[in-house]
Amino acid sequence: MYIIVQENDFDIDSEITRLYQGNPAIGAVASFVGLVRAEADNPVNALTLEHYPGMTQKSLESIANEALDRFNIMDVTIIHRTGFLIPGDRIVLVITAGGHREQSFLACEFIMDYLKTSAPFWKKETSPTGSHWVEAQKKDDVAFSRWGDDNMKNLKRNFKA
Amino acid sequence: MLRILYFARLRETFCLSFEEIPSESINTVSDLKFMLAQRGGVWSRELASDRAVRVAVNQEMAHDGDVIRDGDEIALFPPVTGG
Repeated sequence: MYIIVQENDFDIDSEITRLYQGNPAIGAVASFVGLVRAEADNPVNALTLEHYPGMTQKSLESIANEALDRFNIMDVTIIHRTGFLIPGDRIVLVITAGGHREQSFLACEFIMDYLKTSAPFWKKETSPTGSHWVEAQKKDDVAFSRWGDDNMKNLKRNFKA
Repeated sequence: MLRILYFARLRETFCLSFEEIPSESINTVSDLKFMLAQRGGVWSRELASDRAVRVAVNQEMAHDGDVIRDGDEIALFPPVTGG
């Protein structure tokens, strides 16, 4: 498990290689990369990411452990950046490694849904009209809540040996 | 004493990132929010019941009824927006 919060950028290829190298039982690696986005109706110039240093590491570790247990995957990497970023910059990288693709895909999505609703990070956007804190979105709560549904809970049983 | 931390919008609105307050008469997360809201102004506005404020006790997400003990680190912040 490799979990880190940092200001610096990361190299996706070397992070993926690091995760699966040396473990021949890994057959499927899934990854997600979140980027700073600028849109026509929200022309963001910059994003500042604040976090709660004492809590972020623990929170990400607990999310990763839950994914390892629930989907029976073998390893996880989570890298989350903080500080000053501009459109196109990478914000977060999640990599999941398991025996087969279904569990790796699901674990990656689960980690992102969980992170979006419970890891203590906050985004502040700066655009030509000023700065504002990004409001949490209802759809993120909805996305996370589906993992508590009975169908999703049954997934756990399916992946257990 | 309780160590209280504020993040993001709350830190900016309160012009405060951390403070220490006596723990007497504060037994739960709700007690603390009620006591802080009584400061009035931005405090009562931000901590009013219709605004979403999240609380962590000793770096774990907490709920209104959770117990607070002397020496605890308590963080107040808006719903998270990382990722």
